Amino acid sequence: MLEVRGVSKTFHPGTPNEVRSLRGVNLDLTPGSWVIIIGTNGSGKSTLLNAVAGTFLVDEGSIRLAGHEMTRWPEHARASLIGRVFQNPFSGTSPSLTIEENLSLAARRGCGRGLGWGLKASLTEKMRDEVARLNMGLEGRLENAIGSLSGGQRQALTLLMATWLRPELLLLDEHTAALDPKSADLVIALTEQVITRDKLTALMVTHSMYQAASLGDRLIMMHRGQIIHDFQGAEKRRLRPDDLLARFEEVRRAEQLDESAAQMLAEQYI
Amino acid sequence: MSLLIGTFTIGCILSLLALGVFISFRIFAFPDITADGSVTLGASVAATLLIHGVSPPLASLAGFFAGTLAGACTGTLHTRFKINPLLSGILVMTALYSVNLHVMGKSNVPLLSVNTLAAQSEQIGVKLMRGASSFNLAGWDVTVRDTSVLGAVALAVVATGLLLYLFLRTNLGMAMRATGDNVQMIRALGVNDANMIVFGLAISNGLVALAGALLAQYQGFADVGMGIGMVVWGLASVIIGEALVGTNQLGMTIIGAVMGSVLFRLLVAVALRWGLSPNDLKLITAGFVFGALIVPQFLRKKKLGSAHA
Repeated sequence: MLEVRGVSKTFHPGTPNEVRSLRGVNLDLTPGSWVIIIGTNGSGKSTLLNAVAGTFLVDEGSIRLAGHEMTRWPEHARASLIGRVFQNPFSGTSPSLTIEENLSLAARRGCGRGLGWGLKASLTEKMRDEVARLNMGLEGRLENAIGSLSGGQRQALTLLMATWLRPELLLLDEHTAALDPKSADLVIALTEQVITRDKLTALMVTHSMYQAASLGDRLIMMHRGQIIHDFQGAEKRRLRPDDLLARFEEVRRAEQLDESAAQMLAEQYI
Repeated sequence: MSLLIGTFTIGCILSLLALGVFISFRIFAFPDITADGSVTLGASVAATLLIHGVSPPLASLAGFFAGTLAGACTGTLHTRFKINPLLSGILVMTALYSVNLHVMGKSNVPLLSVNTLAAQSEQIGVKLMRGASSFNLAGWDVTVRDTSVLGAVALAVVATGLLLYLFLRTNLGMAMRATGDNVQMIRALGVNDANMIVFGLAISNGLVALAGALLAQYQGFADVGMGIGMVVWGLASVIIGEALVGTNQLGMTIIGAVMGSVLFRLLVAVALRWGLSPNDLKLITAGFVFGALIVPQFLRKKKLGSAHA
């Protein structure tokens, strides 16, 4: 499915700000797997997602998805295979366009854009049904500009847009981190629904140890641009948030972090 | 009365300019200075072709396409070579000055003795009025020439506005609007945003050049300096239009830009009538746009301030 081989990326090489964000990352995803990625700040988890999505081209290594060698593909070309939800709820939708216009843009993800009429009556019917399933009362407001909606509503719609055409790979980049707890729970429930229903292959970065332990069938822990732990199958199912914190603690000891930083980690990650 | 009709006519012609500026400034948030050059480009291409006996509609269309090329150049400079939007526009605008002189061969081309769209619409008007040269309109005596030109221009503007509205609601047009709105999202949905910008600026400058072509035929000459300050003029029209319609619904903003252009021309005509020196016109226009740009900020700040208090 997804094959990431020896991928490295250094930002601002040769300057004082040089950051080696990815150092030879290898990752294989089997079809239908849901992989959670956790790691400290700057560990390279979001960078890995962006490398797969094509936000930048990698320095070394190769990326294949569903039989396509796409290491050198530009971002918009990869979009035909990949659906994305961003951390910022405002990143995934176009605020001055209406809900139905946003959805119909998503209904042509990776297809050509010609002079065909943008809003099709046949599509509107399906939109109303799908939006109604979000349980947000938005089905009557399809003609409203998306900019008038809350972050949670926009994120739920972004998720719907990313999966409107079944993507080969769904990338979720801390997509609940900027939401209030109630909206976050709702978006997570919707995420679980759509991934199970459509048997999607997904890569999800999260900051929440609870989500990391309870969701997905495989968990990867990243540190300093490398994958340091990879839990699969029964091992993943046995994981509890405390186990994950213990792993972070190990990293902390190895890094000789001071106590206050550990305190901050504990506060942030539980 | 003739003056009023003339004001409306120029307002209508320049509303095509306003629609062009609306596309670059409002849809793409791209401050495109190229417009100053493409107004003249459209005028000079159309004027030169008219002098060589090309039919007026064809010459105007050629002006439009010359404008699309200019816009595509600006778009390419920005997207392909990563040049700052303002600078890309300035480069192309500067280059166009020489191009325009080359196209015309001199700095001013008179069109008084050739067939133009204005002359053609007058002929049609005279035919419709069965040979009369003036008639009574709501108590005023108006010439057929003035009214038929205004009618033709108004028709052209309505048709262009409608086409633009329909275009912006196609898949392609929607992708263009989303590109200006949220580039990260539109890339994630598989759209090449660079192409959208190049294409959008081409359409924008095509409309601006068409306005130039029509203006030259209406006033009877093309001049190398006729484009100076046109971007600001278009921006003023768009801003007035937004204030008039007070919504950001697509169709209404297009109607607003047209209305804004006519109203702005009207205000200018009134000011000139009251003794404003034509030399001060650009200064006043710039001052007006400055005011229109900072007043909303100022109001917002004030609102925020009172909310905190």
